[in-house]
Amino acid sequence: MNRLKERYLRLDALPTLFCPGCGNGIVQYAAIAAIDKMGIRNDIACVSGIGCSSWIPCYLNLDVMHTTHGRALAFAQGLKLARPEKQVLVFTGDGDCLAIGGNHLLHACKRNIDLTVVMVNNHIYAMTGGQKSPATPKGVITKTSPGGNYEEPIDGAQLVICMGATYVARWTTAHPVQLQKSIEAGIKHKGFSFIEVISQCPTQSGVSIYGVKDPAYIMKFFKENSYIYKEGMDEPKNKIQCGVLKHDNDQPEYIDRMEARFK
Amino acid sequence: MEIHINGPRPQNGRKVILQGNEACAKGAIYAGCRFFAGYPITPSTEIIELMSSEIVNVGGTFIQMEDEIASACAAVGARWGGKRAMTATSGPGFTLMQETIGFAAVTETPVVIVNVQRGGPSTGQPTMSSQQDIYQVKYGSHGDYEIIALTPSSAQEMYDFTIRAFELSEKFRTPVILLADEAVGHLREKVVIYDGERKIRGGHRNYVVSPQEDFYMGNNSLVEGQLHDEEGKRIGHLAPKSSDFINSINRKITNHIDEIHDIETYLMEDADIAILAYGSVARPALNAVKTAKGIREEAEEKWKKLRFLKGLLKSKALHENPYSHLNVGLIKVNAVWPFPDNEIRRLAEKCKYVFVPEMNIGKYYKEVERCLHHSKVISLPKIGGEIHKPTEILDAIAKEVEESE
Repeated sequence: MNRLKERYLRLDALPTLFCPGCGNGIVQYAAIAAIDKMGIRNDIACVSGIGCSSWIPCYLNLDVMHTTHGRALAFAQGLKLARPEKQVLVFTGDGDCLAIGGNHLLHACKRNIDLTVVMVNNHIYAMTGGQKSPATPKGVITKTSPGGNYEEPIDGAQLVICMGATYVARWTTAHPVQLQKSIEAGIKHKGFSFIEVISQCPTQSGVSIYGVKDPAYIMKFFKENSYIYKEGMDEPKNKIQCGVLKHDNDQPEYIDRMEARFK
Repeated sequence: MEIHINGPRPQNGRKVILQGNEACAKGAIYAGCRFFAGYPITPSTEIIELMSSEIVNVGGTFIQMEDEIASACAAVGARWGGKRAMTATSGPGFTLMQETIGFAAVTETPVVIVNVQRGGPSTGQPTMSSQQDIYQVKYGSHGDYEIIALTPSSAQEMYDFTIRAFELSEKFRTPVILLADEAVGHLREKVVIYDGERKIRGGHRNYVVSPQEDFYMGNNSLVEGQLHDEEGKRIGHLAPKSSDFINSINRKITNHIDEIHDIETYLMEDADIAILAYGSVARPALNAVKTAKGIREEAEEKWKKLRFLKGLLKSKALHENPYSHLNVGLIKVNAVWPFPDNEIRRLAEKCKYVFVPEMNIGKYYKEVERCLHHSKVISLPKIGGEIHKPTEILDAIAKEVEESE
């Protein structure tokens, strides 16, 4: 039994409502491990929206706010502004963050407010039973794209880079150690940190995206079809770009700017 | 007619001239509001404008959010960070906030939301007054919840009721709506304001189910938008527990109507016709009662002293009062929701008629009608953005009384 389980999980809330083979457990562990390693348990609160990924913090023995669909970032900004010296970790999904919460994401990025966002991207609306999301790849058949998705997907990480986020990373559930390190780096970073995690949803998007339901196979696919981005490298095509995509320590953070203005 | 703040008024008041919206911002600061998130919208914009400087001066935080949805969310988030929080908006923005009002109701978060009403539907009449949101304020968000809404009718009441809104929201751990309107928001009047910060009692309430400890206190509070138990764990899949929860968040308000309701009366002791009004319409309603009773306004009394006007006034005001046969009184409802059934029944039981003037198509009178069984309740709606004239109210009353006699 992992030593962190007793310390960080609300044991009476278990079992989780995640399906067998879901990637959320990996993300949950990475977050717990990062918080434990940094020793900031009493200085961090979690905020999440609606969707499978937004249930990740609800099982954690921390201050947690499980809010309305898409609004996690708006609640988190209020919380952060009320207690600037404390940390806020936001869990969200591709639908929650890029569709209904898209506007809040853009504005949180441009403010460069000191939040850490973990966006679990399973490319689908899984909790409602498998409808297309803004991140669903082209051609994929879902419950609401029976003839194959004909919309261009949104690349969340590239979007937040454009909008002024200052720490941006992307990993898959096949990179748990790197993910944990990125969450640590994101929390330490003073500014808006965005970590996208490409995750498997064996139940809803396994067959339609990867051709199989088997989570082990999908994670192997992630491992084999991804590369770790380094600046100036020759980037392979049709592979998942992973790694730290942007890390800019020079941009002033929102609350710092605000305080400087009023002093 | 003056009440409003619970307990004695402090002694250090200063008299200033303020617009209703400005008075609201000043009241919030005095009530200890230290977080304001907002989005500009006519006719509430003066509140966000004044807050952007005032709240910073007292060490609070101001943020202009990307929309009203985010503004309401940020206010709720900040309250869990331990800061008393408020946002202000008008009709269309208030509609956007409904989602978060429901969230605040279910998570039992104290937060104050100001709605300076304008004419609707949709973009409607941005610069004109209305009371069309009287139902939206109660029924706007989905699901069963109770709300507290206060309706100021003067700049002083904008100040006082804002303070009371914070007191009630902390006491019952619920969102409280200050339901103002354009007329009162843009009215400039003398207001008595106070320096410093009012002590508002927070603390644990036994009639509240949800976790109540602020974040970062080591309590591991779980704030959950699903129906939940004392620890915040979801119970939405369990019917009996869910039913208890819904009852609890409703009854904590309906069981305390005696503490929440706020009604002022004027000459109701032996009146057989009552005018029941709320918000800015209470002003012409009061004037109507004074006119019918031949009670001249203070200003008019001053004019009387000018001898050359004496004859003119005598002929106009004293000898030609066409409403002197109407034995009217005023019931002014300051806390429109929860509806004070018992109190209104007690006050109006002897009245043959109850007239309800309101700046909408006729909404609140339905509640009054439901509550009063022996009086004839008559709606006096006025839409289009203009407030009732006292004589309009009196003419309607005179006509109705004449017809039915």
